[in-house]
Amino acid sequence: MKKGDKEGRTNLPEVGATRLLHPPSISLKGDTLFLALTIAAATSIIVIVALLIIKIYEGAAPVFNRFGFSFLTSLEWNPVEGMEAYGALPYLLGTLTTSAIALIVGVPISLGVAIFLAEIAPSSIRAPLSYVIELLAAVPSVIYGLWGVFVFRFWVRDLIEVPLSTYLGFIPIFSGTPYGLSVLTGGLILAIMIIPTVSAVCREVLLAVPNTQREAAYSLGATRWEAIRIGVLSYARAGIVGAIILGLGRAVGETMAVTMVIGNAVGPAALPTSLLKAGQTMASLIANEFNEADPVSLHPSALIGVGFILLISALIINVAAQLLIYRVRAKGVVE
Amino acid sequence: MWSETNYKIRKFKERLILALTVVAVILAIIPLLSILIEVVIRGLPAISIEFLTSPPGIIGQPGGGIANAIQGTFILIGLSSLIGVPIGVLAGIYLAEFGNNPLGRVVRFLSDVLMQMPSIVIGIFVYVLVVLALGRFSPIAGAIALSIIMLPIVIKTTEESVRLVPNLLREGALALGLRRWRVILSIVVPAAKSGVVTGVMLAVGRIAGETAPLIMTVLGSQWFFTNLFEPIDALPLRIWRLALLPYEYAHQQGWGAALVLIAIVLTLNVVAKTLTKISFGRRVKI
Repeated sequence: MKKGDKEGRTNLPEVGATRLLHPPSISLKGDTLFLALTIAAATSIIVIVALLIIKIYEGAAPVFNRFGFSFLTSLEWNPVEGMEAYGALPYLLGTLTTSAIALIVGVPISLGVAIFLAEIAPSSIRAPLSYVIELLAAVPSVIYGLWGVFVFRFWVRDLIEVPLSTYLGFIPIFSGTPYGLSVLTGGLILAIMIIPTVSAVCREVLLAVPNTQREAAYSLGATRWEAIRIGVLSYARAGIVGAIILGLGRAVGETMAVTMVIGNAVGPAALPTSLLKAGQTMASLIANEFNEADPVSLHPSALIGVGFILLISALIINVAAQLLIYRVRAKGVVE
Repeated sequence: MWSETNYKIRKFKERLILALTVVAVILAIIPLLSILIEVVIRGLPAISIEFLTSPPGIIGQPGGGIANAIQGTFILIGLSSLIGVPIGVLAGIYLAEFGNNPLGRVVRFLSDVLMQMPSIVIGIFVYVLVVLALGRFSPIAGAIALSIIMLPIVIKTTEESVRLVPNLLREGALALGLRRWRVILSIVVPAAKSGVVTGVMLAVGRIAGETAPLIMTVLGSQWFFTNLFEPIDALPLRIWRLALLPYEYAHQQGWGAALVLIAIVLTLNVVAKTLTKISFGRRVKI
């Protein structure tokens, strides 16, 4: 404000009637230049997203041209010269399986957290508790991985995998020796990692539900849970679905933590036929093999090809989530 | 249809669900507590002057440290902020001040999409765009990848905080004869400064812990930084490599490095969130 005052004062005496009728001394160059600069910065986002798709496709083109559609359906993965064969199916299924575990375990917990924070918790602990849960999102994924390898892995092995294989080991999806480095551990660590994202968005959505919804339910004699279920949850459904899709996006793309606990199988062995077996996701395969890939072989291109599938999946998931959340926002459910 | 037993069942259901939400909260907090406790307990013994000031020793032999990784992380943070912050702030200003048009909506949408893009995909992109073009792994490539990750966060927080500046300030300054660009740069941006700073700190906290995009851009190294076109090390990369080594001492160093990294990241995060809370009375949502 101070600056404006000063300039205003120095300008005032000079602005007479004649000056106002002929103001050519004021140049618009500054405004045009500034606008151009900000437009350039904003447009850079469009350029980045466009280049991202084009460049990754270019990098993957050699392997797409050589293997065509079988890159998506083949199980083989062999970077040895002369016997090169690349198929991404096991890793695609690995990503699907771990993400599914993450959603099955993570979403109910996130919803519980969101309901507690938005509807139940006394106001004195709401803010600190949401803060703590948001901190979970700030922990770098490589630290989740480190914790996963040296701590969480043994929890999963001793508390879940050993009982599963002892009592239900005859069912194929629970077969295998419990090591703790498995598709299950990968999925569970993803569940932990999506909780902050999903619960934060869900909480926002729940808080935005108008109070009349709750009051109407109570006035009909609903219990607290019935008011939440009928009045709040059904009203906030679209937003909750959006939150879940956002969580799915995070689970699909998450790399380091999964890489460190999933056991890193390759080829047909990586098919997620059992939860207790070592597996591989698209992201973990890329992280594991990228530095070992011989630049003159097709191996880097194959990994970039896997990255392209990951990119397309992430794009579809995120655009769906954004559109859903935009629609909910437009309806006024989320501020 | 009201009956006593029916009511009891409904009441029981209510209590059960309320208890379950508490269980959910506990389940969500256990990992965070466990991570913090383990990182401190296992990491503290590894921390020493030597650990913080020397580069890694010979693989397989105890000794050496993570000094080059700490240096690398700060170099990467500096370089990516140099690229990401000006572009992000300018784009955020555009969205807040001029962005009520199709271009603004497209940019906002793509920025949200980019924010959710897996970081490894951005790493692959920069590998094809920069590493293949230069023929080598380099801090430049790493900084470009990290700045792309920063951009959407900086854009979003800048837009939000510039929007919060009351229109009276703009009108007052315009009425005094200032040009639009001067109004924005001298009046609006200073008023929104703390929000912008918060966004930058949150973005820095995010990229400081990024590992996946560094694998395919800066590669990692045993040595200190020499120039912008040689591979360097970074804390997250070092943690990953140490955890993969089959030696007890390496694991301990990994926990030590994790303690340093988590201290950097959580400090940035807590300071950033406290800052916004002070300046807006609410936290900016990412």
